[in-house]
Amino acid sequence: MAMAQAQGRSTFGWLVGRRGRNGFDLTDWFAYGFLGLGVFLMLGPVIWLLLSSFKTEAALQEFPPTLMPMATQTVMVEGFDVPLPLFRITEGEHEGRVLAQIRRVGLNAQMVDPADPETRITVNIAHREPVRVVAVATENYTTVFTRFNFLLYFWNSTFITVVATILTVLFNSMAAFALAKYDFRGRTSVFILIIATLMIPPTITLVPMFLVVSQMGLVNSHWGVIWPAIATPTGVFLLRQYMLTIPDDLLDAARMDHASEWRVYWKIVLPLSAPALAVLTIFSVMWRWNEFLWPLIVLNRSEVFTLQLALNSFQGELQTAWSNLLAMTVLTLLPITIVFAFLQRYITQGIAQSGVK
Amino acid sequence: MQAVRNLGIRAYEGAFNLFERPMLFVQRRLGMHRVAWMFLLPNLVIFGLFTFLPIFLNFWYAATSGDRILLTERPWVGAANFASLLDCENYLNPNTCHRDLFWRAVHNTGWFVVLQVGFMILFSLVTALILNRDIVLRGFFRAVFFYPVLLSPVVVALIWKWILQRNGVLNAGLDAAGMGTVNWLLDANWAFFWIVFVSIWANMGFYVLILLAGLQSIPGDVYEAAEMDGTPRWRQLFRITLPLLMPTMLVVIVLSLIRAVQAFDEIYVLTGGGPGSATTLLIQYIYDVGFATRPRLFGLAAAASILMAGVLFMLTMLQLAATRKRAVNG
Repeated sequence: MAMAQAQGRSTFGWLVGRRGRNGFDLTDWFAYGFLGLGVFLMLGPVIWLLLSSFKTEAALQEFPPTLMPMATQTVMVEGFDVPLPLFRITEGEHEGRVLAQIRRVGLNAQMVDPADPETRITVNIAHREPVRVVAVATENYTTVFTRFNFLLYFWNSTFITVVATILTVLFNSMAAFALAKYDFRGRTSVFILIIATLMIPPTITLVPMFLVVSQMGLVNSHWGVIWPAIATPTGVFLLRQYMLTIPDDLLDAARMDHASEWRVYWKIVLPLSAPALAVLTIFSVMWRWNEFLWPLIVLNRSEVFTLQLALNSFQGELQTAWSNLLAMTVLTLLPITIVFAFLQRYITQGIAQSGVK
Repeated sequence: MQAVRNLGIRAYEGAFNLFERPMLFVQRRLGMHRVAWMFLLPNLVIFGLFTFLPIFLNFWYAATSGDRILLTERPWVGAANFASLLDCENYLNPNTCHRDLFWRAVHNTGWFVVLQVGFMILFSLVTALILNRDIVLRGFFRAVFFYPVLLSPVVVALIWKWILQRNGVLNAGLDAAGMGTVNWLLDANWAFFWIVFVSIWANMGFYVLILLAGLQSIPGDVYEAAEMDGTPRWRQLFRITLPLLMPTMLVVIVLSLIRAVQAFDEIYVLTGGGPGSATTLLIQYIYDVGFATRPRLFGLAAAASILMAGVLFMLTMLQLAATRKRAVNG
């Protein structure tokens, strides 16, 4: 016990505690304090984005902003075509009453009691404050669909992600199968060659890659994004390592039954590699959905933009309203968030084990 | 659900049948010894077209000038692009350089790499050490720190742009505390601070994950032995935990260095390289020179990317050495 006390007071105590202790001491307060701050910093901005995306454009302009999406409550009053904003009177003879404002005239506001639409009341504007209620501006989201072609960009992103992922898994697993299960001249060289491409990130060959893609006529085509992306050294390596653990006897038994090599690959090796294929699938979906620089170079016309490009171009335009931009940002992070919510364990394990992202 | 499953199985079978005949044909022609090449072919073709061929073409571009993309229409200039990039009176002062923007980008990237990697590793290590304690809800905390890693760089940039804008929530907080507001992204020093901060925010979860895995692979009996010897906890940290974590640390450091040198996406969306060129990093320079501004100086962009590739190559060699060390140390 005396030792635990000493640790509690030592400078690094809050970093070095380990499992198997009992009791809650000072170091635990530090640890949970740090983690609490971490949660606030990591999730806070995302939650702020989410809350803001439901605010009306007027509420977004407010300074200081409110936490929840708020708006002035309105009411339909007999004899008026449009809903009138409600105000609570804070001073003067009508103090405490809730009135609807018809119009402002200079420093005064012409108001009316919703229960008594005939009588006009004049109130100094300093003597009233708006009645605020939580108001969710779902129209931010609906205009994203009607005015901003969200579905088109969503479809573009989905097309690229799905097609590229299928081809990535197919091609990489074929190569991994060859490297893991065949003994042929040049196997080691090919393997080293593929791994060596890890050293050449696409960012350093942008210009010549653009030449190749434009010579293939793929500028402004989704295939110009898909083809260069689908042979990944990471995927080949990941799958090869996994396939090495599949016993050769299994393959040989099938060959005895006159199975073709394609059948061995498709019907035996692929199903047995399912866990590794799942990891690569998740990686590929994340890579393609979030990719930015290469699509930025290849896709120049707005009708072929991916979601990321559309978001980027809207934020650059001055006349784009934050309300729509925020809603579109939320819709863009939604698919990845849902995937993460369901496959969290799978993703973190896959990354911790393979050391790739 | 059952219908989806059946559809999946049918598609899987269909794809098998679609390819079986041609594959069988190829297999007969090649023979069992060379059938592996059939499986390698698609990958190798794509690597060839989009990785190996561009490496060679990159040198060709770097040795030619003009704004035409076709190599046959580009006049040969030899090392002129490199000479122009490296033409500098004093490399420490970008203003004395012929291509001052390039050198400003080099300087920015250097500072960015040092600050981003340094602080990110520090924060990741502290977080991983804390998560390695007897923490309730460890899985939840780990997931929270990891979540931003999955977000797209554009989304990350917009989230922070919304917080940092002039009427944003950060300024509101400062204003309420009576400290006055700052135009965060229009002040050169603050903008640079925020690109470092945001890029740490977006990436550190990945390194926390890897460091935590490294920490948890340290066998518990080492600590038990130390405990029996009466070694204080803080000394265990410096004598056991950190030395045993060193191989993982090395990999993490080199990996984050390689990534930091290539940073572009979130910074480009957040600040656009500004104000002025205060947050322009190397990749953005290459993108600007080669693609965004006309005339497109492909040669200069290629030359700059070759210079950067040299740095990356050295870092990758470091990584290989670190990985091998990790493999040896087990």
